[in-house]
Amino acid sequence: MGYAVSLEKFQTVFDSWRKKYDVYAPKVFEGTGRFSETDVVRYGKVTDLADIDWNDRSEYSFKDILLPLSQTLLYFTEHGMTESEGPTRGTIVFLRSCDLHAVKRLDYMFLENGPEDSYYKRVRDGLKFVLMGCDHDFDGCFCVSMGTNVSTDYDAAVNVRSGGFEIDCKDPELAQAFLDMGAAEADVTPDAVMENSLTVKVPENLTSAVAKSSIWDEYDKRCIKCGRCTVACPTCTCWSMQDLFYTENGQAGERRRVQASCMIDGYTEVAGGLCFRKKAGERMRFKVLHKVLDFKKRSGFQMCVGCGRCDAICPEYISFTHCVEKLEAGMKEVSGHE
Amino acid sequence: MIDMNCGKLKKNAFRVTKNRGVTSARVRVPGGHLRADVLGKVQEIAETYGSGEVHLTIRQGFEILGIPFEKVDEVNKALQPIIEELGINQSEKGRGYDSSGTRNIMACVGNRICPFANYDTTALAERIEKAIFPNDLHVKVALTGCPNDCGKVRMHDFGIIGMTEPQFDPTRCISCGACVKKCKQLSVEALKMDKNRPVRNVEKCIGCGVCAHACPTRAWTRSKTQYFRMTLLGRSGKKNPRMGIDFIKWADADSVVKIISNVYAYAQKYIDPEAPGGKEHIGYIVDRTGTEEFLRWIMKDVNLPPKAEIYKPLYWDGIRYSGLK
Ligand code: HEM
Ligand code: HEM
Ligand code: SF4
Ligand code: SF4
Ligand code: SF4
Ligand code: SF4
Ligand code: SF4
Repeated sequence: MGYAVSLEKFQTVFDSWRKKYDVYAPKVFEGTGRFSETDVVRYGKVTDLADIDWNDRSEYSFKDILLPLSQTLLYFTEHGMTESEGPTRGTIVFLRSCDLHAVKRLDYMFLENGPEDSYYKRVRDGLKFVLMGCDHDFDGCFCVSMGTNVSTDYDAAVNVRSGGFEIDCKDPELAQAFLDMGAAEADVTPDAVMENSLTVKVPENLTSAVAKSSIWDEYDKRCIKCGRCTVACPTCTCWSMQDLFYTENGQAGERRRVQASCMIDGYTEVAGGLCFRKKAGERMRFKVLHKVLDFKKRSGFQMCVGCGRCDAICPEYISFTHCVEKLEAGMKEVSGHE
Repeated sequence: MIDMNCGKLKKNAFRVTKNRGVTSARVRVPGGHLRADVLGKVQEIAETYGSGEVHLTIRQGFEILGIPFEKVDEVNKALQPIIEELGINQSEKGRGYDSSGTRNIMACVGNRICPFANYDTTALAERIEKAIFPNDLHVKVALTGCPNDCGKVRMHDFGIIGMTEPQFDPTRCISCGACVKKCKQLSVEALKMDKNRPVRNVEKCIGCGVCAHACPTRAWTRSKTQYFRMTLLGRSGKKNPRMGIDFIKWADADSVVKIISNVYAYAQKYIDPEAPGGKEHIGYIVDRTGTEEFLRWIMKDVNLPPKAEIYKPLYWDGIRYSGLK
C-alpha cells in the first residue's frame, strides 16, 4: 500500500520503526575522508530521518552490515568456546536498487553456495529493506546495463518529493505506523533510472581464455593493490580468518573474520610464503573475471550490479568498467592465436 | 635633482635599486594564494608605470620592476585594489603597502589542493597576516601542510608544520598492512603489526597522516582537532645560517598565532638600537638575550593543549663562517 506523507509524519513513522529496529542508512561522516577536512559517505546507524544522506551514492556499500569489516565469531579458552552474540533487534537498511540486487548475490554466496553461513544468517534473518528511489543516477552508475535498476523485492520503498515523501510499504509490520496515523494513501511506484549515461557490455563470447590476453598488463604498473575497489563493492564477499590470543600462554582468545580481497597482498599466499598472484595485472584479471564471468558460471547471474563504486573510489583512476569494455578486444586477441 | 627619503620608500615596500631613480614595487601575497585577476592588475601596473617586467619573489610575491621614483604615488593608488583583494592590513587607504620588515607569510598549497596536507595553509596564513601586519620588525613566518615540508619552513623564524593525531577504529581494520608499509616507506616507521592490528608508537609518530591517507577502509582517520609542529629560528644570511629546530609538537592554531604575535614585544624591547636601518634579525637578538628570556616573552598567555610538548633543551648549530663565533 502506498502513502504520501510530510516530513514530520515520516519522522513519526521512522521513530516508531526505531522502537523495534536499528536503522542503517548512508550517512555523512564528517572529516573522516582520505584527505584532511573531507567527509565520507558510508553506512552507519541513524537515529533521525535527517541523518540520512539522500543526495549521494555512498562511497562504501551497505555490505558491512551483513559482513562486517571485522567480526568476532567466537571466544575460546582451553576448555571450550562461546560464540559471539548476534543482533538482538531487527535491522532496517535504507539502500538503492543496485544494492538491493547485491543482497541477492550475498545471499547466494552465504546461504546457497554450500552450507549456510550462520554468522551471516543470524543478521540476515532480522533484516528489512527500505528502497531509496533513484530519480537520477550518479557519475559512473551502470545499473541499467546490469539489469539492477528496478527493484520490487523490498519491504518499503521511499521517493523523496518536495515537501515530503512517497512510500510504498509492502511489509505489514512496517506499514502499521502509517495505518496508526491515518496517512493519506497514494499510488506509489519507486523512482528508478531507466537510462544511464554509461553503458557497459560484457561480451557474449567471453571465456576464461581471455586470461591470456595482454589487456591485463597495464595494471601491473598502475594498480597499487590497495583493495579499495573490493572493500567498497557491495558484492565482494571474501574474508580471512584470524585467531588472536589474549595471553602469552595462548590458552584464551578470539577468532574473528575480516574482509579480504583478491587485490590485497596475502590473499593467495600459501604455507611456505608462496604467492600465486603477485602482479597487480593478475589480480585485476581475477577480480574482473570473477565479477563478470566466473560467478555467473555457478550462479546463473552476474555478480557485478553496476553500482559504479569501484570506479569512483580507485585512487589510481583505474576504471573497472573501462576494463570490462576491453574484454572484447582481449577475446579477439586470444582467439587470433588459436 | 631627485630628493627621495629612502627609508620611507623601503617601508612602503619599494626597493632602492641599483638603477638611479628607478624603484620596484613589491606585492606581498599572503600564503601565495590569489585570484587570477590580481595577475591582470599586476600586469597592468607593470606595463603602465614600470618596464613591463615582473620578478617572482622567493617569498611568494611579485616585484614590479622599472618604476621611476615619480610614479610611486600613482603606483600606490593602482595597488589599492590588489591590497583589498588580498585582504592586507593597511593603515591608510591609497598609500600602498605599509612596511616591509615582517616578511610575507609563505605557505605551501595546503589542503585545498594537496592530498597530504593536514590543514588549510592559506587560511592560517591569512589569519596570521591579520594578527601581525603591518609591522616593520624583521620576522619570517612560513607554513607547510605536512612534515614533507614543501614550504621549507625550517629556514624561517617560525615554521608551522601541519599534524594530525591518527584515530584508529579497530572495527574497520582488515589487517591489510597498507598503513604499516606506508609509515615505514614514507615516514618514521611508527607503526607495527601486532595481533593483526597496527599499533602506533605515540612517541615516534610525527602526525604526518600518511596512515590515514593509505588506509582503504577508513579505520585510520584524521583527528578533528588540527595540530601543529612549530620550528624555531631557522635563518639564512651571512653570519650563521641554520635550520629551525623543533620547538613544540601537538600545538594548536590559537597558540601558534599567539606565540608569533608575542615576538614583537620581545623584539621591541631587546632590539639593538644601533641595528642598521633599525632592523635586526630576531634570531640574533635571541643570541644576545638567551633562549630563556625569549621563551618567557613568546609564551606569555599561551595556553597550549594538554597534548602539546615543548622540546628541551633548545640548541642551534648551523654553519659558522671562519672567524665568527
Ligand atoms: C593432493 C594435492 C593437493 C591438496 C590436498 C591441496 C590442498 C589444498 C588446500 C586444502 C587448499 C586450501 C583451500 C582453501 O583455502 O579453501 C589449497 C589451496 C591451494 N592450492 Fe592446493 N592442494 C593440492 C595440490 C596443489 C597443487 C599441485 C597446486 C599448484 C601447483 C596447488 C595450488 C594451490 C593454490 C594456488 C591454492 C590457493 C587457492 C586460493 O588462492 O584460494 N595445490 N590446496
Ligand atoms: C598430515 C599432513 C597434513 C595435514 C593434516 C594438513 C592439513 C592442512 C590443513 C588443515 C590446511 C588448512 C586448510 C584451510 O585453510 O582450509 C592445510 C592447508 C594447506 N596444506 Fe596441508 N596438511 C598436511 C600436509 C601438507 C603437505 C605435505 C603439503 C605440501 C607439500 C601441504 C600443503 C598445504 C597447502 C598448500 C595448504 C593451503 C595453505 C593455504 O591456503 O594457506 N599440506 N593443510
Ligand atoms: S564491481 Fe564495481 S560496479 Fe560492480 S558491484 Fe562491485 S563496486 Fe559496483
Ligand atoms: S572480486 Fe575478489 S574480493 Fe571480490 S569476491 Fe571476487 S575474489 Fe573476492
Ligand atoms: S584497482 Fe584501484 S582501488 Fe582497486 S586495488 Fe587497484 S589501485 Fe586499489
Ligand atoms: S601519522 Fe604518520 S608517523 Fe604517525 S603513525 Fe601515521 S603514518 Fe606513521
Ligand atoms: S591500512 Fe587500515 S585496514 Fe589496513 S591494516 Fe592499516 S588500519 Fe587496518
